[in-house]
Amino acid sequence: MTGLGKSLRWPVLILAIIALAVLPTSLKSYGVYILTLWAVYVIAGMGLNLTVGYAGQISLGQAAFLGIGAYTAGLMAKLGFSYLLIVPASASICFLVGLGLGFPALRVQHHYLAFATLGFNMLCFLVFRNEEWLTGGTFGMNDIARPVLFGWHFSRAADFYQLTFGITVVLAVLMALLLRSPWGRAFAALRDNPIRAESVGISTTFYTLMAFAIGAAYAGVAGALFAPLVGFIEPASFTVTNSLAMLLMVIVGGQGRFFGPALGAVIVVLLPEWLRFAADWYLAVFGFMIVVMMVWMPGGLLSLADRWKRP
Amino acid sequence: MTGLLDVTDIHKSYGAIRAVDGVSFNVAAGEILGVIGPNGSGKTTLFNTILGQVAPSSGKVLFEGEDITGLPPLRLARRGIGRTFQSLQVFGKLSVRDNLIAAGQEFLDTPARRLFSKPDAGLGQRADEMIALFKLGHVAKLAAGSLSYGQQKLVDIAMAFIPAPRLVLLDEPCAGVNPALIEDLLALLLQLNSQQGGSFIVIEHNMDFIMRLCGRVMCMAQGAILAIGPGEAIRANPAVLEAYLGD
Amino acid sequence: MTDLLQLLLSGVSTGACYALAALGFTLLWQASGTINFALGEMVMLPAFMMLFFLNVASLPLAVAFLLTLVASLLVLGGMFKLLVVDPLIRHGVIPLVIATLGLSIGFKNLTRVAYSAQVFTFPSIFPDRLIDIFGLRVTVAEIGTAVLACGVALGVQFFLNRTLTGRAMQAVAQNRDAARVLGINANRMVMYAFLVNAALAALTALLVTPVYLAKFDMGDTLGTKAFYAAIIGGFNNSRGALLGGVLVGVLENLVGAYISPSYKEGVALLLFLLVIVFMPQGLLGKPEERRV
Repeated sequence: MTGLGKSLRWPVLILAIIALAVLPTSLKSYGVYILTLWAVYVIAGMGLNLTVGYAGQISLGQAAFLGIGAYTAGLMAKLGFSYLLIVPASASICFLVGLGLGFPALRVQHHYLAFATLGFNMLCFLVFRNEEWLTGGTFGMNDIARPVLFGWHFSRAADFYQLTFGITVVLAVLMALLLRSPWGRAFAALRDNPIRAESVGISTTFYTLMAFAIGAAYAGVAGALFAPLVGFIEPASFTVTNSLAMLLMVIVGGQGRFFGPALGAVIVVLLPEWLRFAADWYLAVFGFMIVVMMVWMPGGLLSLADRWKRP
Repeated sequence: MTGLLDVTDIHKSYGAIRAVDGVSFNVAAGEILGVIGPNGSGKTTLFNTILGQVAPSSGKVLFEGEDITGLPPLRLARRGIGRTFQSLQVFGKLSVRDNLIAAGQEFLDTPARRLFSKPDAGLGQRADEMIALFKLGHVAKLAAGSLSYGQQKLVDIAMAFIPAPRLVLLDEPCAGVNPALIEDLLALLLQLNSQQGGSFIVIEHNMDFIMRLCGRVMCMAQGAILAIGPGEAIRANPAVLEAYLGD
Repeated sequence: MTDLLQLLLSGVSTGACYALAALGFTLLWQASGTINFALGEMVMLPAFMMLFFLNVASLPLAVAFLLTLVASLLVLGGMFKLLVVDPLIRHGVIPLVIATLGLSIGFKNLTRVAYSAQVFTFPSIFPDRLIDIFGLRVTVAEIGTAVLACGVALGVQFFLNRTLTGRAMQAVAQNRDAARVLGINANRMVMYAFLVNAALAALTALLVTPVYLAKFDMGDTLGTKAFYAAIIGGFNNSRGALLGGVLVGVLENLVGAYISPSYKEGVALLLFLLVIVFMPQGLLGKPEERRV
């Protein structure tokens, strides 16, 4: 980036955040819903970007964590817990399950890891679908209420969006701090060269587990927002296809780039909406567009900036 | 005979092939030991058994009097044994400065405290000193993977020295490096040895480099030690000459 | 007892079909490192091509199959390799995973809107007759499918191990550089693998569609099962695909009948997870060497 670009970075970022925070006042409720969904996916995508983009692991199971977070939130809301407890609980449970999923990652690498995480996602789907006493089975869980915090009701679409967006910004700041800390450097070392990392005292075991667990915890928070957003959760929202969609978000945006998931989520959440002019054809167009986009820029949208920099 | 490193009767065989066949030697504190020998004489396998990349079939390795035989590389690093690699091994997408900090940060504090420490983990100054010493100032902010072969080699070596290890194993530091840089490297290693005081073991084919760097030289052939002693004596040893000429 | 035998036989019959699709998957993996998530759609597409030739162009099944075979070789073999895999392969596993996922969405929805979202019956190549073997009543289709699918899988195995081209393909899969030194045209061998995969897909479509019926999303289940089969058997080994396929087919039938239909998929999945974690090379595969 040029000097001018660099000095403009902060003002542009702050303006973008303000604009996104007040945007819903000019949108209809469906627009606000889509925008909130975008923010939820950005959170889950940031987590996956840590696992995949920064720590160099492969995960095809992020939707399972979104599901675990959502079901945890749904169940706790039914039991009357405060939302102040629900969000940390969803995050912690996903953190622990993520640790568990990290263990196969220590044994298997690359494509095997892709399969292991994919199998994990399918297993979670089966549990969501079959354990009716807990999850409501295929019928799912209905009427999950919007949260109440300190006596403030977030039931209006715009209010709930602002809550979600606020949490997204806080989590983004935390992620940025994590990536700037020595941990961020250790994740990159793990991704770039695990053998060298071990030889300079960086425990690949510890950081692999952490990359999975923190990535999962982000999806857990996303799930805890997803449940009250849609008000109704069912197993079909947490399939492998959704995990692939989240991976798509990270890759299309640009893996290992901070704003990759935010941009990628625009493509995954909004592009299908914009393509509605194509009526029935839109999913077909969407699918082939992904192929073309990958072939044209395998490094993601944000890699285009690099291409212009160094022609 | 308790030196810094005591290697006793190491064997490593792959099926019927005895790659290392009964090697014993020791390294004193502050010493630079050279290891030479024709290709396939077992030098790298010996390194790998000491460094925990492969477990020896039998034998014992003591470091500062403690048994470290077969410990994994991570544990050895934490005990103060550093290494460089024959092939390039840097963190390609991190900057040179970040490579150096990454090579030292895990030796400070606990993981939890590192999470909240300054981004440079308090190692910024140390990294900048190393960058100055290795004359890498003009590339310090570039991604290590984008540098020339020789520069990456320097980064690799500098990384090993960041935590001031008590023993460093260097695997062919001169391989693929241009002659001018080799002179610099020689001076650097001698300076690091006198300043930081660690011991080095150096595998190298460049005889001149070995002779000027190392107090003692060990020559290996067919998995065993052919001769060990002061450089001049090894150079004049007829068995060593034959091992090289007969190769 | 006859129940059990009947379940086993129909399990082998469906399993053999999974195996055919799985075989294509392992071939692509070995030859080029491609993880093909559009596996199921690559069976669905030929099924609909055949339907088109049968119903719209009113051609006999044999002609429809041959035309479909040619189209598959061109599109799912050649074009897939040249337009999608070749540009992406050097960027690692993930971009290709995403691209094949895109293909899967694209193919599925293209079929849905351009042809139809309905379910179609499909003629079987076997006569619709029950035969009686020692009190066991089985359909000719079941036996025929099992025999044909196993035969083709073994045929591919024979081709890979016993013919010069097949061995050259394996050499490329194991060590591309070494194969080049031996004067093998690596790129051509990889192309052969894609062509064989496309032919297997067309054949699988011919065998499974009469049972599964043709629908735009028929590839979902089939792809998942074939995927399990490939990994359980060992996806760097083409014999493993056959074992894995039959194992998945039989297990599904047994669990569905004797334990619980809702965890029917669960057992194959559990086996799949155990294999991944404890013997990632699969039941018949060789462990891949770790590079240092």
